[in-house]
Amino acid sequence: MARVELTRHLYLYFPQLEGQELVVEAETVADVVRELDALAPGLGGYVCDERGRLRMHVNIFVGDERVADRDRLSDPVAPDSLVYVLQALSGG
Amino acid sequence: MSDRVLVGTRKGTFVVEKSNGRWSPRLVGHQGVGVNFVARDPNSGTLWAALGHGHWGPKLSKSTDGGETWEDGPTVAFPAGARHLVPPFPGETPEGEEPAAARLEDATVQKLWVMAFGRPGRIYIGTIPGGLFVSDDDGKTFELNRPLWDHESRGGNLFDTEGSGFTHWFGTPASEGGNFAPGIHSILVDPRDPDHLYVAISTAGVLESLDGGETWRSRNKGMLMDYLPDPAAEWGHDPHAIELCKGDPDHLWQQNHCGVFYSSNGGAEWKKVSKPEQGVHFGFPVAADERDGRTAWLVPGKADSQRVTVDGSLFVARTEDGGETWTDLREGLPQDGAYDVVYRHALSNANGRLAFGSTTGNLYLSEDRGDTWQTVSNNLPPVYSVMWA
Repeated sequence: MARVELTRHLYLYFPQLEGQELVVEAETVADVVRELDALAPGLGGYVCDERGRLRMHVNIFVGDERVADRDRLSDPVAPDSLVYVLQALSGG
Repeated sequence: MSDRVLVGTRKGTFVVEKSNGRWSPRLVGHQGVGVNFVARDPNSGTLWAALGHGHWGPKLSKSTDGGETWEDGPTVAFPAGARHLVPPFPGETPEGEEPAAARLEDATVQKLWVMAFGRPGRIYIGTIPGGLFVSDDDGKTFELNRPLWDHESRGGNLFDTEGSGFTHWFGTPASEGGNFAPGIHSILVDPRDPDHLYVAISTAGVLESLDGGETWRSRNKGMLMDYLPDPAAEWGHDPHAIELCKGDPDHLWQQNHCGVFYSSNGGAEWKKVSKPEQGVHFGFPVAADERDGRTAWLVPGKADSQRVTVDGSLFVARTEDGGETWTDLREGLPQDGAYDVVYRHALSNANGRLAFGSTTGNLYLSEDRGDTWQTVSNNLPPVYSVMWA
């Protein structure tokens, strides 16, 4: 079961996740997003576009590594992984 | 009489109301979020906001209590298989190779740009890249209008076939994320017949449907461009905004990249009515009178190459004779050192009350058909949309 940490900004839109420990069954990053969307319907559309691609200004890290596959999110997730969903710093 | 103005800005949604004789803005939602368009569905009373989150993508938001509380609306998404032709960017063709053909790319919504309301329960959304989305269940779900997406002018059916390989639709830099794709920014519904529609696209031109969106035809006769070899080509025009007169809907107005155009026959033919010597030529918004089809207002800017006010002074231009003559309306507007730019959705008229907002964060309002203006605010975020509601 991978553990997930979300940027504080997402709690603004999904307050139902406040205080919850986010632990999901996942083999890939795509699984993580799918599980998060099941916990908080709509969250997947904040992180990915309608093709399932990571939005341009969103980053996901597995441990210290930024995901390599932004199109299909096929990066593997281990049972003890810590997955971070973050805004990319995009200036402005 | 409308007593409220909805204002979408780069940093939230505001409502402007009159209290103790003074109009003032109040932030009602989406603080910190880009709001491209805010409007009230006259059928249901629901307020809709088209958001462009910097990180989280385009989202619809709605309020059923007049703007006090907001909730996420349904997802607006291109269906699987929706593709569009994207011409190659400069620099994409390797040295010594033939220029690449336009490539087929999966479409994703980059920007929710405009909304319009038809018969009760029907809502339209225009997007970049060039999608018209339609709801027939009061905004619970939206579907892509296929006849327009598959139109021959943009390469035909690209869901099931490779199409013609060529699109006459160019692009606009107005999408979020720096992409270059065509966008639908104006959707008009004929008050006499809700199946009679117009859409305007930057950059392609105006299309009309007489059957609720089942079929579309170009409505660009008489339009002139100054950036293509054939100025009167059927496609490639850059309408910045179109409007119709609600009480006399055969009268259409178009502020175009290449001047001001007017049609008195439902778009069958347009006539250029610019007066460049008076500064009436370039700009983004246009507002039509609700009864007299010959009356309209513009907020002119100086030339496409500059996009600032004319000589640092802000004015609204009004015609009451179908564009034959224009009157500068300046009383109450800054006449020195003003560099306001007014975007295409940021001018609104309701019964001779007008309001407009600029990218400088100024909001101005007139209660006498534009003869005199008052400043509502000098301190808003950049204004994207202004709408009486």
